[in-house]
Amino acid sequence: MAVPSAKRVRRGPRLVLLVFFVCLSVVVLLPFFAILLASFKPAEELIRYGLNLRLDWHLMSFDNYKYLFTGITPEGQHLPHDYLLWFRNSVLLTVMQTALTLLTSAWVAYGFAMYRFKGRNVIFSCVLVILMIPFEILMLPMYSQASAMGLLDSFWGIILPFMAHASTIFFFRQYLLSIPKEIVDAGRVDGASEYGIFFRLILPIMKPAFSAMAILVGMNSWNNFLWPMLVLRSGKKYVLSIGLNTLLTPYGNNYDILIAGACFSVIPLLILFSFTQKYFIEGMTMGSVKG
Amino acid sequence: MRRITHFIYNQKAAPYIFVLPFVLTFLVFFVYPVFTTIRMSFQEILPGMITNVGLKNYQRLLGDRIFRTAVSNSFEYMFWTVLILIPMPLALAYMLNSRSMAAPGLFKGILFLPILTSVVVAGTIFRLIFGELPGSFMNTVRAFFGLAPIKWLRQEGTGMAALVIMCCWRWTGVNILYYLAALKNIPPEMYESAEIDGANAWQKFRHISVPLVKPTIIYVLTISIYGGLAMFTESYMLWAGNNSPRNIGLTIVGYLYRQGWEQNRMGFASAVGLVLLVFASIINFIQLRLTGVLGKEGD
Repeated sequence: MAVPSAKRVRRGPRLVLLVFFVCLSVVVLLPFFAILLASFKPAEELIRYGLNLRLDWHLMSFDNYKYLFTGITPEGQHLPHDYLLWFRNSVLLTVMQTALTLLTSAWVAYGFAMYRFKGRNVIFSCVLVILMIPFEILMLPMYSQASAMGLLDSFWGIILPFMAHASTIFFFRQYLLSIPKEIVDAGRVDGASEYGIFFRLILPIMKPAFSAMAILVGMNSWNNFLWPMLVLRSGKKYVLSIGLNTLLTPYGNNYDILIAGACFSVIPLLILFSFTQKYFIEGMTMGSVKG
Repeated sequence: MRRITHFIYNQKAAPYIFVLPFVLTFLVFFVYPVFTTIRMSFQEILPGMITNVGLKNYQRLLGDRIFRTAVSNSFEYMFWTVLILIPMPLALAYMLNSRSMAAPGLFKGILFLPILTSVVVAGTIFRLIFGELPGSFMNTVRAFFGLAPIKWLRQEGTGMAALVIMCCWRWTGVNILYYLAALKNIPPEMYESAEIDGANAWQKFRHISVPLVKPTIIYVLTISIYGGLAMFTESYMLWAGNNSPRNIGLTIVGYLYRQGWEQNRMGFASAVGLVLLVFASIINFIQLRLTGVLGKEGD
């Protein structure tokens, strides 16, 4: 971590920095702590007194989580809900979208990185344009198009428009540019076809790049809200973000599933993050330091 | 059939086959729909009846008070997020990168955690934190200082503050990562020679770090500007739907959503969408110029 020469580290600044960052971390973690606490308290408590940091041990229980997983309310009633279905859909969508996006984007990036061809720069400028424009700005034309193509209310409608994903293409291209072209030439000498080279020689080399992007694309897919909300119609296809959002009706209180469900929906990413922090960071920062 | 196979396996055709998925996506989901939207923005679209209305949608937009509120909200949000999310994460990254920093990896990880929450989860948490009950978290903070509870999400200033605070909570850690990546690229020798010349911490930060991370500052600036312009779901979740009191949380995209989806006026919504696209294109052009991406595409 030593940036300037590490000859002597003075105690004073070290302590000030440490205290400052501990305080900052507490502030950043407070919202997590507050919602986690609320998930163990009865929903009526939240509605009556608001979200707070009081630790009332006698009020806290696993009732909300029990209801989340079994459909049995604290009063012992069986009141089914769709949370587990949404969770399953989210897993399915995230896996499908991540796999397809990575493969398609790597395929495209290989074309940009390893060949010189007429129109390459023009097409690549299009990637850069799309890279920068936020989705929200294009959501109306994209929605009309998806609607015209009959893609609404299906996972394909969510996945297809983003399969050749600009920032993933950009990242893979940067990565591939650092791979010596001799590998490709050697493959050709051995008589492999252009596509054989991609699948047999290049994909295995791209493994580290795949790890970094899989995490980033997967996280975005898991948390994605706006596009799935526009595309999905029937409740049976809802993913977590959409399902949790439907719990926010002005009528009736669904805070028991909402709060516990929101907490539980973050857990897969927290686990993933704690094991793969390095790849997370690599994937996130790739776009900012471009060559 | 053999002809086609032969063509596909031709080395000259291969690059085009590789970039084809992108080109198709670009044409089908960007170019063509944008042209459709341009056409639709001159139409009034009712179920089963489409009439050309010329510039009427745009004229209405110009005189629309609510649209002006939305534009002003979006730009106000953009202003605050740029003002906070550019310098603050840079300063934090500089401290995390300092040799006096203990356990930088741990703190980096903690500050990054908020971005793992979806907008839905973050919005739910912050709506409750800024709840209007006397016992809601932010009101208990006010009570601690002897102040009366307020309705955070019902007043213009405090509503915007809640929105900006939520955004900063989620994105500070990400921006820190961007800056750290750039700061780590600065060779330590540069700081050493500055120290020999008697530079203090602030001078090193001001005259070595800042100029050398300038490309990253521009990058973060650009994504913040776009993020501000396109912000919608944060407001949607914070107010549990697209309707905030007196539209204090309505953004340009929120207005587009209201017109297009909630009120089913696709023609008028198209006009809103195009105005937004023009804003974004201007920014995009300036950005590509500034970073020189357009210039150095030589090879």
